[in-house]
Amino acid sequence: MEYIIEMLGITKEFPGIIANDDITLQIKKGEIHALLGENGAGKSTLMSVLFGLYQPEKGMIKVKGKEVKINSPLDANALGIGMVHQHFKLVHNFTVLQNIVLGMESVKYGLMEMKEARKKVVALSEKYNLFVEPDALISDITVGMQQRVEILKMLYRENEILIFDEPTAVLTPQEIDELMNIMKNLTKEGKSIIFITHKLNEIKAVADRCSVLRRGKYIGTVEVKDTDKQAMSEMMVGRKVNLKIEKKDSKPGEVVLDVIGLTVNAKKEGHTKSVVNNTTFKVRRGEVVCIAGIDGNGQSELVQAITGLSGMDSGKVLLNGEDISKKSIRYKNTHGMSHIPEDRHKHGLVLDYTLGENLVLQEYFTPEFQKNGFLKFKKIEEYAKKLIEKYDIRSGQGSITSARSMSGGNQQKAIIAREIDKNPDILIAVQPTRGLDVGAIEFIHKQIIEQRDNGKAVLLISLELDEVMNLSDRILVIYEGELVADLDPKTVTIQELGLYMAGSKKEEVK
Amino acid sequence: MNEAKKKNYVGLMSSIFAIIVGLLFGFVVLIISNPSQALPGFLTILTGSFTHGLKGVGQVFYYATPIILTGLSVGFAFKTGLFNIGTPGQFIVGAFAAIIVGIRGGFLGNAQWIVAVIASMIAGALWALIPGAFNAYFNVNVVIACIMMNYIGMYFVNFSVKGSKVLFDSLRNQSLPIAKTAQIPKMGLNVIFPDSSINGGFFIAVIAVIAIHILLNRTTFGFELKAAGFNRDASKYAGMNEKRNVILSMMIAGALAGLAGGLLYLAGSGKHIEVVDVLASEGFTGISVALLGLSNPIGILLAGLFIAYITAGGFYLQLFEFSTEIIDIIVAVIIYFSAFALIIKTFMERLDKKRNGGKKA
Repeated sequence: MEYIIEMLGITKEFPGIIANDDITLQIKKGEIHALLGENGAGKSTLMSVLFGLYQPEKGMIKVKGKEVKINSPLDANALGIGMVHQHFKLVHNFTVLQNIVLGMESVKYGLMEMKEARKKVVALSEKYNLFVEPDALISDITVGMQQRVEILKMLYRENEILIFDEPTAVLTPQEIDELMNIMKNLTKEGKSIIFITHKLNEIKAVADRCSVLRRGKYIGTVEVKDTDKQAMSEMMVGRKVNLKIEKKDSKPGEVVLDVIGLTVNAKKEGHTKSVVNNTTFKVRRGEVVCIAGIDGNGQSELVQAITGLSGMDSGKVLLNGEDISKKSIRYKNTHGMSHIPEDRHKHGLVLDYTLGENLVLQEYFTPEFQKNGFLKFKKIEEYAKKLIEKYDIRSGQGSITSARSMSGGNQQKAIIAREIDKNPDILIAVQPTRGLDVGAIEFIHKQIIEQRDNGKAVLLISLELDEVMNLSDRILVIYEGELVADLDPKTVTIQELGLYMAGSKKEEVK
Repeated sequence: MNEAKKKNYVGLMSSIFAIIVGLLFGFVVLIISNPSQALPGFLTILTGSFTHGLKGVGQVFYYATPIILTGLSVGFAFKTGLFNIGTPGQFIVGAFAAIIVGIRGGFLGNAQWIVAVIASMIAGALWALIPGAFNAYFNVNVVIACIMMNYIGMYFVNFSVKGSKVLFDSLRNQSLPIAKTAQIPKMGLNVIFPDSSINGGFFIAVIAVIAIHILLNRTTFGFELKAAGFNRDASKYAGMNEKRNVILSMMIAGALAGLAGGLLYLAGSGKHIEVVDVLASEGFTGISVALLGLSNPIGILLAGLFIAYITAGGFYLQLFEFSTEIIDIIVAVIIYFSAFALIIKTFMERLDKKRNGGKKA
C-alpha cells in the first residue's frame, strides 16, 4: 500500500521537553486518519511540523513517496497540504467569497476578477455539499458555516491532504453529523484527511484508522473497525478508564433552587422573541438535573440570569426558599450558590493571577484570608496547597504558578476545586468538561456525583449527550428558550432525546 | 514570591536596555548635528546634573516630583485596566485648587499648605470621577472621555484664573504668587541641597509611591482592582463590584495627578499658572514615566528620577551649541524602546523558560 504522507521518526524538542519523540505517522490515500491523544500529547506539535510551522530535529517527511522539506505553510500548501485550525482564521468583515480567494485573488487589468472565482466556489460547494452564502459576511454566519468556508478554502487551493484540528469542538450535534458526512464525501473524491480529536465517538463514526499519541510518544495505530472505545481510551490515557459512571439511585430531598417563570428578552435589535421564555423548574437536594439542548437555545442566558451575570426580564429565582432574583452576585456566591462557568477564560479565571489567587477569587474578603483589608498571603498559600492536593491540580510551581501557564484540564480542575470547596447548596455547572481529555472528564464527573451523594443539588448544562445520559437524574430539554420535556434518563433513549432537542417533539412540563 | 521577583528582574533589564538604546540614539543625533562637540555634549547629558554639585541633584528631585506622581497615576490606572490619558487635565485642575487655597487661604495659618495639597488631590479625583462614572454607567470609552476632560480642564482653569480679580496677575498674564505659608516646607532638604528648589513634596511623592505599592499588592482592594484590570468579566463573576471599582480607581489615579499639580505649584519655586492654551506637559510625561517604569510603582519612581536627571543634564547642552530638544528626542526614543521592551521582555521570558526546561503543567 502506498502512503500519501509519511512522517518517519519525527522528533521535535522544546527545551526541557520532548514534544514529539520518534513519531511515525503514515497516511493512506483516501482515508480518514484520526490522531488521538490527550491535551499536551503532541498532536498539535506534530501537525505544526507537517504544516511547516516547526522544523523537526530528527526524522523525515515523505509526500507521495518523495522526501520533502517543509519550511513554511507556503511549502505545505504547494505540496497540497491544507489545515482547518481549531480557531478559524477568517477575516470577519470580509464576505465568504473574499475569504475563500484571499491570497489567491485572480486579477484582470490590475483589478480583482471575482467572476471566475465565484463560479469555482459555487461549483465546489455543490460538488461536496458544502452549503455557503458567498456574499454573506463572516461575522453574520454561524460557526458551522464558517467551518465550511475554511474547508472550501482548502478545496479552492486544490489541497489533497486536509488536516482538521479538533473541528467538532465548536459545533452543535447536528453540525457535527453534517461535518462527518462532508468528511466522508471528501474522501470519496480522493482527498485524504487527518482528523485530530480526543472524542472517541467521532473516531468510531468516521475514521478508518487511528494513531494514538501519549506524552509525546507514539503508542500505535489501529484499524478503527476492529477496536472499541474502551481500548482506544486505554491507549490514549495509559490506564483503564471508566467511561460509564457508576452511581447509586438518587434520593431527592428538599428543593434548593426554584426557578419560576424566568424570562429573558432578546437583546439584539430586530429580535422580538424571548431568548428564555417563561421557564419554571426545581432542583432538589441529592439530584443532578441536567438541561440538555442544542447550543444557542437559551441555556447560557438562563444560567446567567440565575447566577446574576446578566439580567432577567421577569420571573423569580428562589434559593433555599429565599428570593434572590434581585441580589448581587456576591450575595449569591456567599449564600450557597456555586457556578462553574461556561467560558473558563472569560469568567472563570483571572489568567494573569497565580493559581493561589484564583483559588480565593471569591473568598479573599473573608476573615480567613484578610485582616483590616490586608490579604493574608500565608493563609492563601496554605489553602491553595490544600486544594491542589485534594483535587490533584497539576501545575509547574504550585500555588504561585500563573493560571495562564496551566493546561486547560488543570485550569478547569482549579475552578471546580474552588467552587466545590465552598460547600455550596447548589452547584451550577455549565459544560464542565468542554475541551477536556478523558482523564480529566472522568475526574470531574466523579466530583459532580460526589456532590450529589453528599446531599447537594446539582444543575448541569451540557451539550454532550453522553454526559447528559450518564450523569443526570432528571433531564430537562430546552428548545428555543422553552423547556419542552422533563425526562428520566433511565427510560428515555438518545434518539428520543434528540427529537426533543431538535424541537420535533414536545410535552407539557409541570 | 519567586516568580514575582523574576518578573521584576526581567522588567528592569528591558527598561535598562531601552535606556541604553535611547542614549546611543541621542549620541548619534549629536554626532550628526555637530561631530566635534558630540562627545562632550553626550557626557553633559550624563553628568550635567552634577555641574552645580548638590544644587543640581536637588533640582533633579524637584523636577522628578510631579512626573513621578503623574506616572504613578497612569501606571496605577493601567494596572486596573484603565488608560488614564487624562493626567494633564487632572494635573492642572489640581494645581488650580492648590493655588486657590494658596492665595486665598491665608487664614489657615501654618496648615495652609496641607489644606492646599489636599485640595489638589480632591480636585484631581473629581476631575477623574467624571470619565470613570461615564465608563461605569454608560460604557463611554475612558480614553476619549479623558481627552475631553483635558481640554475642558485646561480652558476652565485659564478662564477661571483670568476671570478672577483675586487670582490673576494681569501684568504677567499668570496667577498671583501663593502665600508664604502655602509653600511646602523644605523639611531639611535645603540643608543637604542648598539653593535648589527641592522641597518636602518629594517626600510626599515617595510616600504616594509606597502607598500605591502596598495598596496594589497587599490589600483586598488592590486584589479586586487588579482582577478587574486583568479580566473584568471574571471579576464580575467573582462578585466584585466592577462599576464601583472603575470609579474608585479613576479617582485614585486622578488624585495622584492632581497631587502632582499641587506639589509643583506649591513648591515655592516661583511657578505660576500661565494663561496659555497648552496642555500641561507633566501630564503627558507621566505616560512616558509609567511606560518606562512598566507601571510598577517602584519602577515609576526610578523612571521619574531618570527622566528628570537627563532632562536636567540636557539644559547644559546649550553650552555646546546644541538645542535642549535633543533630550526630548532621547526620551522619545527611550519610550519607543520601552514599548519594544515588552517584546524584549517576552523574549527574555522565553529564554528564561528554556533555561528552566519550559515545563508546562
